[in-house]
Order: sequence, then C-alpha cells, then structure tokens
Amino acid sequence: MPGRFVRLAETARPEITIHVDGAPVQALEGDTLMVALLGSGMTLRTSEFGDGKRAGFCLMGACQDCWVWTEEGGRLRACSTQLADGMRISTSQPEATWPNLA
Amino acid sequence: MSRAEHASDVVIVGGGLMGTSTALFLRQRGVSVTLLETDLIGRQASGTNFGNVRRQGRPISQLPLANRAIEIWRKSKELLGSDIEYLQSGHIRVCYRERPELQGQMEDYADEARHTGLDLEMLTGNALRARFPFFGPDVLAGSYSAMDGHANPRLVAPAFARAAQRLGAAIRENTRIVNAEKIGEDFHVTAEDGRVFRAPVLLITAGAWGNALSAQFGEPVPIVARGPNMSVTEPVPYAIAPAVGVMTPLEEETVYFRQVARGNIVLGGSTRGPSYPGDYRSYVLPQNTLSQLKQIRRLAPALANLNIIRVWSGIEGYMPDSLPVMGPSAAQSGLFYAFGFSGSGFQIGPGVGETMAELIGSGATDIPIGGYSIARFAGA
Amino acid sequence: MAEPRIVVVGAGPAGVRAAEALVAAGIRPIVIDEGRRAGGQIYRRQPENFTRSYETLYGTEAGRAEALHTSFDALTPHIDYLPETLVWNIAERHVWTASGTRQRTIPFDALILCTGATDRLMPVKGWHQAGTYSLGGAQVALKSQGCAIGSRIVFMGSGALLYLVATQYVKAGANVAAVLDTSRFASRVRALPRLLAQPAVLWNGVALTLALKRAGVEVHTGIEPVEIEGSADQGVSGITFDTAGGERRTIACDAVALGYHLRPETQLADLARCEFAFDAATRQWLPVRDGDGRSSVAGVYLAGDGAKILGARSAEASGRLAGLAALADRGLPVDLAEMTALRSQVAGYARFASGLALAFPWPAAQAANLSDDTIVCRCEAISAGELRATVARTGAQEANRAKAFSRVGMGRCQGRYCGHAAAEVIAACADIPVEQVGRLRGQAPVKPLPIAIGEEAE
Repeated sequence: MPGRFVRLAETARPEITIHVDGAPVQALEGDTLMVALLGSGMTLRTSEFGDGKRAGFCLMGACQDCWVWTEEGGRLRACSTQLADGMRISTSQPEATWPNLA
Repeated sequence: MSRAEHASDVVIVGGGLMGTSTALFLRQRGVSVTLLETDLIGRQASGTNFGNVRRQGRPISQLPLANRAIEIWRKSKELLGSDIEYLQSGHIRVCYRERPELQGQMEDYADEARHTGLDLEMLTGNALRARFPFFGPDVLAGSYSAMDGHANPRLVAPAFARAAQRLGAAIRENTRIVNAEKIGEDFHVTAEDGRVFRAPVLLITAGAWGNALSAQFGEPVPIVARGPNMSVTEPVPYAIAPAVGVMTPLEEETVYFRQVARGNIVLGGSTRGPSYPGDYRSYVLPQNTLSQLKQIRRLAPALANLNIIRVWSGIEGYMPDSLPVMGPSAAQSGLFYAFGFSGSGFQIGPGVGETMAELIGSGATDIPIGGYSIARFAGA
Repeated sequence: MAEPRIVVVGAGPAGVRAAEALVAAGIRPIVIDEGRRAGGQIYRRQPENFTRSYETLYGTEAGRAEALHTSFDALTPHIDYLPETLVWNIAERHVWTASGTRQRTIPFDALILCTGATDRLMPVKGWHQAGTYSLGGAQVALKSQGCAIGSRIVFMGSGALLYLVATQYVKAGANVAAVLDTSRFASRVRALPRLLAQPAVLWNGVALTLALKRAGVEVHTGIEPVEIEGSADQGVSGITFDTAGGERRTIACDAVALGYHLRPETQLADLARCEFAFDAATRQWLPVRDGDGRSSVAGVYLAGDGAKILGARSAEASGRLAGLAALADRGLPVDLAEMTALRSQVAGYARFASGLALAFPWPAAQAANLSDDTIVCRCEAISAGELRATVARTGAQEANRAKAFSRVGMGRCQGRYCGHAAAEVIAACADIPVEQVGRLRGQAPVKPLPIAIGEEAE
C-alpha cells in the first residue's frame, strides 16, 4: 500500500506488524512509529482546529505535530517512538470515554 | 507648577478586574475616571487565576454580591462587546471518602444557600457516577451548581478596560505610582515619571500591592502575596461540562479543573510556589506541578492519559481571614478600597465593580460589605 | 573536596565534547539526552540494525561523525548516561527529568546546556498541510530512517542545509523536483570574505549546487514563496513561487521541505533564568554568555547551537571549552593555553556564522506580505490575519501579550516554529522594531509532560 514516505534504503530488515485504526500494517524493525505509519499511509492525525490532516513536520521531537494515540487511550509522539511489535494505534483522538467506577 | 496634572472625578490605582469593572460602571454613571496600571491591564491575579465563575462555596454572606455578579456575567458579551468565553456549564465540588463529615457540611451549605437563590444538587454513589463518570473511586459525594460556570481570565479585565475606554475612561498602562496623598479636597497620585493625577475620590484596586498604598493613608493591612499553581493540557474532544473542584482542608488536595470550548483542560491548585511582587513574578515550582498532577489523577483518573503543555502563575493578594478589603477607608473621606480577594475574586469581580461604582456614585449600596471593611485591621 | 556534581544536557557535538573534558579531569558527569542514541541532529545515528556506511550518511563530514560517535561510546562507562530522558524544568539548582512517566530530580553544582537547534521557519500559505516538513526533518527521514519524505519533493528556503539535504536526497535516489532558494547570489558574494573564514565549507556549498544541476534538478535563486498548494484531506500537491525575474510558476510535488537556517533551543536557558539579549544580525533573542560559555547565572554554562548557531565544529569546541570553564570555576586544574586556543577557535566560527547570516538572511520582510489566511501558528491554527486583527483590536504589541490574546504560541510546540515569524508579523503591523516586540517567555514543561508522571507503576 503506498504511503507518504518512500523507502530508499535499509529495506532488508525483519518485518513487524502493528495495527492502525484496527487494520494490520506492515513495517520494519528499526522504524520509528512515524515511518511505520507513513510508510503505508498518508497522514497521522487530523488537526483539532479544522485545518485538515497532519503528517508530522520536524521529525526531531520539537514541533509536537506527530502525536498519535494507542487504542488504550495513551498518546505517543510518533517520530521519537521506536516501533514495537503489537502496537495498536489510533489516528483519531479517542472520544472521552470515562469508566464508571461506582 | 512644572508637573503635568490630570484631573478627573475618580482616580483608580490598579488595572485588574476590580479596577477596570469599576471604571466601566462609573462611566455608565457619567463619572469621569482615570485608571492607572503599573504594567499591563489584567496581568496578575485577574489574568492568571483558574477562571471559576462560581457562587457555590462562597461565604453565605457573600452570595448577594455573587448574585449581582452573575447577572453581569450573563450579559458580558453585550456589555463588553467581546467574547470572554463565559460558559454557564455548571460547577461541582466533591469530597473524598476519608472525610465523610464534609458531605454533611456540603448539605448544610446547600440548605443555607437555597435561601439566597442558589440551588445546589447533592449527588452520591451511582447517581454521581452516572452523571459524571470521570470521578475516581475515592470521591464520596458532590454538590452540583447548575448555574455556575467559568470564563477565560486572560481576556476579562482587558475587555472591561476597552469597554470603559470606549465610554471615555482614561486608561494609563505602564504607569507606576510612587506616591499618593490627600492635599485639601483632592487626592494627588504621582507616577514614576512625574505625572500627577488628581481627583476628589481615590479607589485602590491594586491587588497584592494594595497595602503599599493603604499604608500611605495610615491603614496598613497584613496582605500576603501568593502565586496560583496552574497548568493546561493539550486540546482533547470536549466532554467535561462543569468546572470541578475538591472540598478539603488540605492545601495539597485542593485541586480543580475545567475544560474550555477549544478542548484544553485547565488544571489548578495543590501546593503553591513563591511570589515576588517586587519583581512582578511568581514561579510554579516543579514539585508543585507534580503534586498537582498526582491529585488530579486521584480526582479524575482518566485525565492521566493526557499531557500538560504549559504551566503558569501570577500574583494574588491574600488576607488572613480570606476576606477582601472592600469599601470606604476608615480614616480618610473620599478614599475607597477593593483588593485582597484571596484567590476568590474572579466570579464576584464584575459585581465588585458595580457595587464600588454605586458606593462612590451614590454614596451607598444595598450589598452587604461591612464585613470587608479595612477597619477590621486597625491596630493589628 | 567532594567531586562537583556536573550535569550535561544534550549528547550532540557540544555535549559529548563537554562530557569528554569532564571525564578527562576525573569527573563522572550525568549526561541527559532526549534521543535514543547520542550524536545530536547533524551527526544523528541510524538505528543499530541499519547498514549504511558513514560516507553514505554524512558525506564530507563522515570522519567527524564517526569520531564523535566513537568518542561517546568510549565515554559511556565513565558517565551516568540517561538517554530518552527529557529535562522538563530547572529550579533551585536541580534539573527535573522525565523518561516516559518516570520522574527523577537531579541536583547539580554545574549545569552545561547543550540543547542544540531546530530549523527556523517563516510560514508560507499552505505550510500547515500534510506533506510539509522542515529541512531538518527531511534530513532525519533520510539519515535516520532511510526514507524520503515524499515521491516528488521540492526543497525551499535558504541556508547551507537547503543544498545539503537536497543533494543527499538526490544521491540516495529520491525524486527531487526543484530547489528554491530565497536568497540571492548577490548576497552570497557580499558575504564571501566572511564565508572564506571557513574555505572548506564554502567549497562544499559550491560542489553541492553543481551536483544538483548535473542531476537535472531545477535550481532557482532569489525566489519569493507564494503558496504550498494542496487540500485539507490529501495534503501537499504543489508549490507556487515567483522567480527572481517575476514569473509565477507552479511545480507539482507531494512534499515540500522548508527552512531558513536554524534557531537555538533556548527554553532550558530561559527556565534556568539566564539573561537574554537581542541579536540584531539574526533578529532573535539569544542567551547571554561570555567567551567561555558562562551564562548570566553562576554555574550554568551554554554551549553549541543551543546557545547560538555556529555549526557542528564550533559546537565541539565550545562544548569542550564550557566543560573546562566549569572545571576551572570549581577550582580544578585546567590547561589555560588550551582554553585560550578553544576560545579563539569559537570566535573564528562566529565570523563564519555572521557571513552565513549575510549570505542567507532570515526573510523577515516576508512576514509583512503574508496573506491574512496564511496560518502562522500551526499548533493552534491561528492565521496572520487573526494575529493582525488581535494586535489592532487589543493594542497588544509585546510577544507574550499578543500570545495571551491571539493564542499564537500557546500550542504544544510553545512557539518553536511560529515565535520568530509571529514577532515579525506583529512588528510589521504595529510598525515597531522587532526588538521591541520582545520574546516569548519560557514556561515549563519545555515539551508535553504526561499527567501520569511520577506514577509508581509504569
């Protein structure tokens, strides 16, 4: 599946499968989460303020544009997160779901 | 005379919410006003506080003032000609399981408050969690005030100042006052650059710096400067309507949060850092941020998923009895005060302005403010 | 005498050489770095399982990169190394650190801040769209992950990095459509005497331009950016610009890498309460420091691009110099002759840097011409028009005041990418010198901090 990023080198690495918005995505060991997501997708998230899709910017942990979410509700800065097997990522902000603790 | 003199009916020293709202209401009464501010309008307590627009929890005797204020909040957009992000989305304060007596105190307060027109709803157990599922398991009970809410403090005092200015008030920023005295019929207020402002009436709304001026008239007060402990999260989908707070005797546990329409959640409270009124700076010490976040996790565990992106503080003036200095001077005719609101001035602020304008303009007010007289500190 | 506790923040060229000087003096410093591997940005290391050679990754800088990495690897047994760790606040002579949700407070007698730099950005209409990256970001994608940021790329801006990254992309087999340089050849000629202070680096620049043209990449100088074309859903689809001759052109692409040289990451110096001063040559506020790297706060030292952009080689020298200064100030023996030599080396790089600033100026004038619908603050999606309207409506002409009313700079990045441009927009519409606008006051945490911080179980 075509992604925004184009792999030019280092393609002979073991594969890792993660899930993005419920669907399996193939990436390579050593990828950052950002490269895994943009290797087979075009965007990371949608801007909160209506100006459209975002796909990161600085790749060095400074711009804070590339935050994505885990299915459990946590959030990860994709450019500075090492890809790990079994990651379950959501590219849209989880609706606030508050547990009933009574 | 070599110094330039500026004359008006009233000089106000202090450009926070109290001063700017009084300036607006005085102008509505046709009274000429000069407002003097050391720095920029609304930069300290008025601009850096949590933003709670709540009547719930105030001393019962303060509710008439709070009720007066809420009417102004409700029409603030029209009054000020700008949106200060006031949301009447409710306020809930809760207590933890280890202090069940606080639930009784909340119920007693609710009974008393009902007589002043403030309707509070007590919630516990399943009803509390069905309504507000984000509360952590340690929360025992809550008192919900549907008609309370919150607003954006950064915008409020500047909006009042611009509205007052449009009606003809003279607002002078970057004007630090070095001397104030009464000469004959008029107060003479001198700025650092030598400008002198003259008026038969002087109102001190100088917040944590109020004592510096009241002392010049023989009325020193034991005011203490403290900085609020504030943080804010990244924007998240809007889901939490009411402002939320903890009722507890412990400072470190006293935290609160509110979600703004854009989605960020403002967090406030817990232990506080040092405040330096001489330098116009307060600091949020990192240990206070950690203490706050720990308490927030207890109050609403789901917030632990979020990040904070910024902290800030400001300078608030606190009186030993947590009540403001408000009303006429006990020593000097024509001199009035409204400062030292002890971290609870935001909601009542517009009401304070309207009341002080009434007091100055007509000589009297029906709002009970006798308990805030500066005379209570005489001889202290 | 107890060993002084010295903390070094940043494991790039400056931090590594500072730590090296300390270790040589028998000190065991704590070295804190946000990255997973040391090296900083310009000498950023690829992941362990990657195979490309140093020559492929760093070109003419391969020798220096390898030397730096080797030096750091040799240091690790002699330092307390905290990778993937953020210093989020500094107070009362402690650094407050976060690694995931683990919090650790570390006391220091001396603190050496080597926090490096990011790209310096001037907005262009459409730069908020998916597919727009900083030049540094484009370089990281290639160097650190072996990827190109798109399938047809345009590089735009000015500075040595523009030509360097574009050439690296061409060499790696990426599809580079064009290099659009906003600076004019004439300004580079004017800067020649100062650039010649570092002749080897100048030669690199000339060689890069030739390599691009030979590869069939369109190279335009003296251009004026107009718009990054695209859509909210699909992202970038092209770039429109005016040539030096005044012709309006559009080049189709799916990625734009943008940048105007670099800006220092000064947030920690700010939180450490270091004094700042306005640098007229580069139109920005920089922390004040003496020739050895001492800040205005006793015990706090500033080295490398995190204090002032002088390049990687200068960073190595200033890092070592700051380490020696920290030792000297603590009464430990240092080689004064070496300090003198390093001091004049750093001063030499400063002359080169001022030549670079002349050759590749920060395009301040673009700010006044930004269309009202150009987004200035990417985090909060605030446009130039909204910022101007706020200045007009509220009279706010100072950076923090304008931020309070307009929200520009209030987002997650804390003004890293909009702060300088916003100051120029405010200065232009208020008709005041940009120095008068002031600078955004730093607030902790310097990067987003999890509310879960400090929780016992992780």
